[in-house]
Amino acid sequence: MAGPPPYATPLDRAWYYGFRFICALIFLFLIAPILVIMPLSFNAEPYFTFTKGMLSLDSEAFSVRWYEDIITNQQWLHSIKNSFIVGISSTILATTLGTAAALGLSRSYLPYRSLIMGVLISPMIVPLIITAAGMYFFYSDLRLTQTFTGLILAHTVLGTPFVVITVTATLVGFDHSLTRAAQSLGADPTRTFFKVQMPLILPGVISGALFAFVTSFDEVVVVLFMAGFEQRTIPRQMWAGIREQISPTILAVATLLIIFSICLMTVLELLRRRNERLRGLSPG
Amino acid sequence: MAEATAGNTVLTTADGVPLKRKLRQTQQQMKRRAFGLVLPLLAFILITFVWPIGLMVYRSIDNPTVSESMPNATAALQAWDGSAGGLPPEEIYAIVARDLVQARKDKTVGKVATRLNYELPGSRSLITSSARKLSRIEEGPWKEAMTQADKKWGERQTWLAFQRVSARYTLGYYLAAVDMTYDEDGKLAAQSEERQIYVTLFLRTLWVSLFITVACIVLAYPISYLMATQPLRISNLLMILVLLPFWTSLLVRTTSWIVLLQTEGVLNDIMVALGLIGDENRVQMIYNMTGTIVAMVHILLPFMVLPLFSVMKTISPSYVRAAQSLGATPARAFWKVYFPQTVPGIGAGSILVFILAIGYYITPALVGGRTGQLISNFIAFHMQKSLNWGLAAALGGILLAGVLALYWLYNRIVGIDNMKLG
Repeated sequence: MAGPPPYATPLDRAWYYGFRFICALIFLFLIAPILVIMPLSFNAEPYFTFTKGMLSLDSEAFSVRWYEDIITNQQWLHSIKNSFIVGISSTILATTLGTAAALGLSRSYLPYRSLIMGVLISPMIVPLIITAAGMYFFYSDLRLTQTFTGLILAHTVLGTPFVVITVTATLVGFDHSLTRAAQSLGADPTRTFFKVQMPLILPGVISGALFAFVTSFDEVVVVLFMAGFEQRTIPRQMWAGIREQISPTILAVATLLIIFSICLMTVLELLRRRNERLRGLSPG
Repeated sequence: MAEATAGNTVLTTADGVPLKRKLRQTQQQMKRRAFGLVLPLLAFILITFVWPIGLMVYRSIDNPTVSESMPNATAALQAWDGSAGGLPPEEIYAIVARDLVQARKDKTVGKVATRLNYELPGSRSLITSSARKLSRIEEGPWKEAMTQADKKWGERQTWLAFQRVSARYTLGYYLAAVDMTYDEDGKLAAQSEERQIYVTLFLRTLWVSLFITVACIVLAYPISYLMATQPLRISNLLMILVLLPFWTSLLVRTTSWIVLLQTEGVLNDIMVALGLIGDENRVQMIYNMTGTIVAMVHILLPFMVLPLFSVMKTISPSYVRAAQSLGATPARAFWKVYFPQTVPGIGAGSILVFILAIGYYITPALVGGRTGQLISNFIAFHMQKSLNWGLAAALGGILLAGVLALYWLYNRIVGIDNMKLG
């Protein structure tokens, strides 16, 4: 930020800095809740606020006891394992189904294209409470509530719209003569897909998969309705933590989740840059 | 045949098929192949998502309890013309009494009582105790016996309500969801004052969502503008500040707001330390509507920033410069030239934020306290606590209809293909 131009009037200057100050406040609003939780998770006391010792950077006031609590607490360990089981399984399902559907949807001659697209995206739009209620009745008739199968299938549904959207976006401007070229050179459709299309749409597929994973990893409403004690995931455990027995352990979990989301975000950003480079767009 | 008369001018493929037909065949095949790719997911979504939600909404009109456990009474009551006034004839009393006794033997009388209680509050014991007393009576006259068991059987209102709940399908749940009821003569009327909650709740949900949408526009506009006008390196850095909250778990962010806003929380501590407020009058900023709104604006803000930013990025700065060089003040140039070009972004972001806001459940449930609850929370309440699934389905059906209408609008204006993620 180079500062206001030299010909700016005092009013322009005031506006220039005033505008930046307002923006800084809004960015602070966005980021403060995430920044504040990290140091508090090292609080030695079971409080949710900064103690005097913490403010004077007294090393006694900090501790990793809440992190120790996570790794010694069976419930937390169990929920972490569950979150990964459900998240990874539903991501694999959602990515497979969603990528295939996106390939079909990218053809403009597909009949009823916009209607189908509307149906496929709807799980993202319908309020979760309605989805959860509907699924609860449906899966209890099938005796799949309180099972991993039911939860994985439910989360697959919620994840697919993201895969469809990201892969369809990668396929916009996809040059279909590439596949025809491959086929005219003797490649069968399967080979064409894996050797020509897949490498080009891979960034979209991976970012869709990440979205699907995060959707499942962060989902609590469907879990509240469908999961039993055995299927408790991290968000469900945090929900219980916030509602029932509030303890700084959830701050430690929250910090770990923030670090996790920073990693995911970095992967996604790298993918986006790679995608733009591949398609010959300006980097950035 | 046109092809035959055209003679040898018809173009054919190597194996002699006319090109026109071959092309049609190939196109059909391509359509089928494209559809084949979409089919697995479409079938999966239709079976495990659309169908269950359809079934749930069906519950809002489905009313099997009474008609299944008291079939004879149902048939007789449905045939009775309640609007003519007066009480039903002796034979209906007899049939209902026998069915009540039977239902008690079948152990379904409790369900019937609960169902009638939704329609006519305070009538649970009417059914259960009457069924118990009647089971000891062998002979009629039944009208007298039932009125003796409970004098409410001598009231028209009871019979009209009973007639309504015995119908196989009902609009009663929808009426309840819009605070309507039937009066003593079986006519539609507004629910009594202290029972009117749902219309207020729907309106409150709409207002809160609208407020959140406007707040998101106001907060997203300056930062999107800043990012769109900065060099790429800086705007990428600023984008991280938007995307990090977007990618962070909802529950983490909600927890943060509890930590920040609670009375013993960080914000109150800062204000006390600065001497802005006294230690004894800390501000209650969470577990009420303020908490719900602050946390929801924070959660939904990225959904406004992303579409706004992607629209602003494409606006060339030369338009505003041209306007200014022609004598427009900066404010006028902004309002007349820049702002209209950003309207599509505002529209896309607003509909998305509004859709997400009206169906929101988690945040109000955790930080809303008693006054910050929205419609979703009441659906959850009727699903899990009161177990009045019909009412939950009716409230959900109304909410769903609203959301789908907005979704349709979004698709018309923005197009789902243009939805931006991250």
